Amino acid sequence: MKVDRVLVAGSAEGELLVLEEPVSFWGGVDPTTGRIVDPRHPQVDILLGGRIMAIPHARGSSGTSSALAELLRAGLGPAGIVLGAMDSMFTVGSLVAARLYGVACPIVLAALPDHSGGRWCIEGETLERSSGGNWRSSEVADA
Amino acid sequence: MKLSTSDHAALNGDQGEAARFAMELVVAVAESEGVETLVDIEQAHVDGCLFHGKALLDFVEFLADGGAAVVVPTTLNVSSLDLLHPELYRGDAETAIQARQLMDAYVEIGCTPTWTCAPYQLASRPSFGQHVAWGESNAIVFANSVLGARTGRYGDFMDICCALAGRAPYTGLHTDEGRVATVHIDLRVSEDMTNGEILYPILGYLIGRLVGQAVPVITGLDSNSGEDRLKALGAAAASAGTVGMFHVAGVTPEAETLNHALGGHPAERVITVGIDELNTARAALDSGTGPLGAVSVGTPHLSLPELIEVVTLASGRSTSIPFYLNTSRDVLDQAVDSGVDIGLQSFGATVVTDTCTYVTPIMEPVAGDVMTNSGKWAYYAPANLGVDVAFGSLADCVESAIAGRRVATGGWW
Repeated sequence: MKVDRVLVAGSAEGELLVLEEPVSFWGGVDPTTGRIVDPRHPQVDILLGGRIMAIPHARGSSGTSSALAELLRAGLGPAGIVLGAMDSMFTVGSLVAARLYGVACPIVLAALPDHSGGRWCIEGETLERSSGGNWRSSEVADA
Repeated sequence: MKLSTSDHAALNGDQGEAARFAMELVVAVAESEGVETLVDIEQAHVDGCLFHGKALLDFVEFLADGGAAVVVPTTLNVSSLDLLHPELYRGDAETAIQARQLMDAYVEIGCTPTWTCAPYQLASRPSFGQHVAWGESNAIVFANSVLGARTGRYGDFMDICCALAGRAPYTGLHTDEGRVATVHIDLRVSEDMTNGEILYPILGYLIGRLVGQAVPVITGLDSNSGEDRLKALGAAAASAGTVGMFHVAGVTPEAETLNHALGGHPAERVITVGIDELNTARAALDSGTGPLGAVSVGTPHLSLPELIEVVTLASGRSTSIPFYLNTSRDVLDQAVDSGVDIGLQSFGATVVTDTCTYVTPIMEPVAGDVMTNSGKWAYYAPANLGVDVAFGSLADCVESAIAGRRVATGGWW
């Protein structure tokens, strides 16, 4: 499907993870593993790394941008992000990681898929199930 | 986008590479959201000085190498180190070195070393209607809600880029329409409850869980809700949710009435909150069932009135378990200037400045639950520190520390 808006352009593929609730990236995700550690989160212990992460919106801390950039620096970040509502915190973290480390994490604004599972891809203005083929887990677009 | 001559000059690199990058980031964020104009900001508060990974240090060093210099007065949030009491740090030495480098780098590019999460307790705080770019979720919600200043929900990196550019995307909470409440929180509880301070952080936590990104307006709160209570409400709401602004009808400056806060429109959602909902929220924050092992107060940093309350309650007495008190170096100076004898050494309190007990290893290993009066501390500590939390008012915290067990001074509700 066509996304509502491209916030950070690029292409990415990974297993789809639909977060049932927002999670704070600072304090809610372990920066050394990319695992959700907020004990109140229904998906606590799940790994974000390499996934297409769908999240309703950001939560909590202003540390979200740097926490995302740190995960991306360490190779533990999501491959791409589907946001249910506009929020610049993820956009900033992704843009800074791209500049500092050349790591891409495309972000799109779109209706969240119903449930996790299966391989999905973000390709420009499109979010869809992968049709197979040799995708790299994350691929930077020319800015 | 409509950019000014000086915006274009910055993008051309006329003011150096760091100013160019900062303006590029501000413009990129604005463009990603379809925002057409930028707004001048009068000050900034930077959240990126707390060390939690190499990316933070890489970023500020990248800016410094590019000749960065802030163009508006810029305060700094809590860091990972207490520079006034360095002996309190219990983490590893390598992290401390990087944390100190991060702090120094922000000061070198022109930020003021305030090291507080409560910049609204400084004399420099913005006034009604001023546009600012603040990071730190509790400071953002306080600036918008209580001061009537205007800031978006900025995070690390964006706050300093706004400070370098002197500009921010003109959208959301910067605009009149973005500040209109759409959710009505209809609080229906007894006067006894609204008189007690403990209601505020618990109500804040509940609102954070309920409203998502919306701006709520609360009715039914005491018209004398002071800054410290609104601080506690906002900090909990911004931790548990994504609240960047709330109104309290008859209390906060853009909510003379319910209708005023709603901009003359009917609320999109009306949520009635009574004692059942509050009890559920309280249980979520109060996870402790064991003996009491320590107490931590001052998240966000204690204000001068709160510090005086602790000093008064603690006078001539002593704590039987570790008692941590987080505040800013500025509030300590205010206390000295006001002639307040803090005198907490005889009580046995550990005074923490520049940082906070839930963001850096300062607390000794705890045998038992930790009591706090902060919804924000209660929200983050279980994951950050691996402790269970007992929840109480500031007075409960002091009396419990003395007794070495949970004491509810005013009853629960």
